[in-house]
Amino acid sequence: MFSRLVTGAAFTSLIVLAGIAIFLGVQAVSAFQTQGLDFIFSTGWDINTDPPTAGIWGMLYGSVLLAVIGLVIAVPVALMLSIFMVFIAPRKLSSVLTNLIDLLAAIPSVIIGLWAFYILNPPAEQWQQLLNQYLGWIPIFQNTSQNFSGTPFIAGLVLAIMMIPIITSISREVLSRTPPDLVNAAEALGCSLWTMLRYVALPYGRGGIVGGVMLGLGRALGETIAVFFVLKLTFETNWYHIIESGGGSIATLIVSRFGEVSGPEELNLLLAAGFFLFLGTIGVNIVANLIVNRTGRLQK
Amino acid sequence: MSTAEFEEVAMMESDLISARKQAPSELRAENVSVWFGKRKVLENVNIDFPKNTVTALIGPSGCGKSTFIRTLNRLHELIPSAALAGSVLYEGKDIYSSDVDPVHIRLQIGMVFQKPNPFPSMTIRGNVLSGLKLSGMKRDNHDDIVEHTLTAAGLWTEVKERLNHAAGDLSGGQQQRLVIARALAVQPSVLLMDEPCSALDPASTLKIEETIRQLSKEVTIVIVTHNMQQAVRVADNTAFFLAQEGEPGHIVEQGLTTDIFGQPQDQRTLDYVNGRFG
Repeated sequence: MFSRLVTGAAFTSLIVLAGIAIFLGVQAVSAFQTQGLDFIFSTGWDINTDPPTAGIWGMLYGSVLLAVIGLVIAVPVALMLSIFMVFIAPRKLSSVLTNLIDLLAAIPSVIIGLWAFYILNPPAEQWQQLLNQYLGWIPIFQNTSQNFSGTPFIAGLVLAIMMIPIITSISREVLSRTPPDLVNAAEALGCSLWTMLRYVALPYGRGGIVGGVMLGLGRALGETIAVFFVLKLTFETNWYHIIESGGGSIATLIVSRFGEVSGPEELNLLLAAGFFLFLGTIGVNIVANLIVNRTGRLQK
Repeated sequence: MSTAEFEEVAMMESDLISARKQAPSELRAENVSVWFGKRKVLENVNIDFPKNTVTALIGPSGCGKSTFIRTLNRLHELIPSAALAGSVLYEGKDIYSSDVDPVHIRLQIGMVFQKPNPFPSMTIRGNVLSGLKLSGMKRDNHDDIVEHTLTAAGLWTEVKERLNHAAGDLSGGQQQRLVIARALAVQPSVLLMDEPCSALDPASTLKIEETIRQLSKEVTIVIVTHNMQQAVRVADNTAFFLAQEGEPGHIVEQGLTTDIFGQPQDQRTLDYVNGRFG
């Protein structure tokens, strides 16, 4: 009896996953019937036309752009933090940091969003002004409107803050499992910390670290509410002007339109957009788990 | 071999040994004491390692032999909470003085560990050359280095056909000889070996011992061993370490291996080499 219960519970999660996939898939199909491929490859959202025109390209692209900005900021920070915790910090400091970082991962994203909106935003606008002033000759740091609020950069920064705990905690775990024999060998061969990391610890932990980065990416792609607070949603595709106001994100599109949804047709379009978000996050998470599991097996 | 010839060879051997005893000192520990945190684990160790000799450090577990050998190339200081007093002179200069770069010392004074630890992701050839890569040392003729060091480590004939295979495919004994070759590739003048055969089968042990005898023509070797027959087989000199209950370890007796095993001066040495404890 008990084992049946447990088996049933185990299958429940599969059924829920399949149910969501089918439900969203059906919505996507009907969106394709009215919009065609333009639903993915065009940009715009006008529900007053008949049939309503909807294209989520800017949102899809925006989700990826924000995630990339987040990764560019988060990965080096998380790597350095985990290297510090494993190889440099005294044991006590290291365990304090471990706990703090785990706590950081536990902060609800709505809190991070509020904090980012009130506290992070004002200085971040100034940082972007400086970026524009000194590095403005690089195309990504161009800004013609001199409006630095609600930019992809700030949203990416917020995502980075949310990814750092995940990536750090996995990298720390993986690096701390570097076999001491190999560290000894490297030290005895006159290795500095840097060369030991480069030739021994990082190659050894590479799979696990990449997996951690992918898990962080999964969180970034699906993150909704924190981005909603700081990003100005626009329906033009912001290709690369990351410190120009306005950008897109599928999750944020859904949450911002859902409250004032005009009717079943728009709801259908939002759910169809959700289908692609679902595909993206599921895909990234599957790949992440594959990588983490594979390296876990190798290390045994 | 006739009796006369045998005696002649024996004479030459003993000449060699006495010559070695008088050889200039390559590495020398003076009043070395070691602490882990507040616990003192070694007290006032004084020992001389003459050039191109093999010195065995013997003694029961926990007497500080391995700790001591790690002070000789500054690996000791990488352990948090470890502290040291006294000095270690390499070619007459204290390796702990502030102007000495520990990385440089570790290249001059190589180390082989108890468990074979080749880099699993590298090939056999890559492992031999890894010391050069890791330390940023520039040397030409990599092929010559690979052949020469693997020959010196007694592994060349076994692996010359598969230098590009992963090091993990080798047996434990072969891996240990590969690690010796790796340590030799940076041309150290001293090689420290911390129980290099304890994880190996007798056949591999014999091979490593042959290697050690061969190497001692060019390199000064310090070997920690629990195997007293091994000390007799390979070492010119032997030092007996002992730590009494609650006391830090120290050297009870040191000298020519033949003396330590043949006519020890201290009762404790006699008991230990005859297997009465330890």
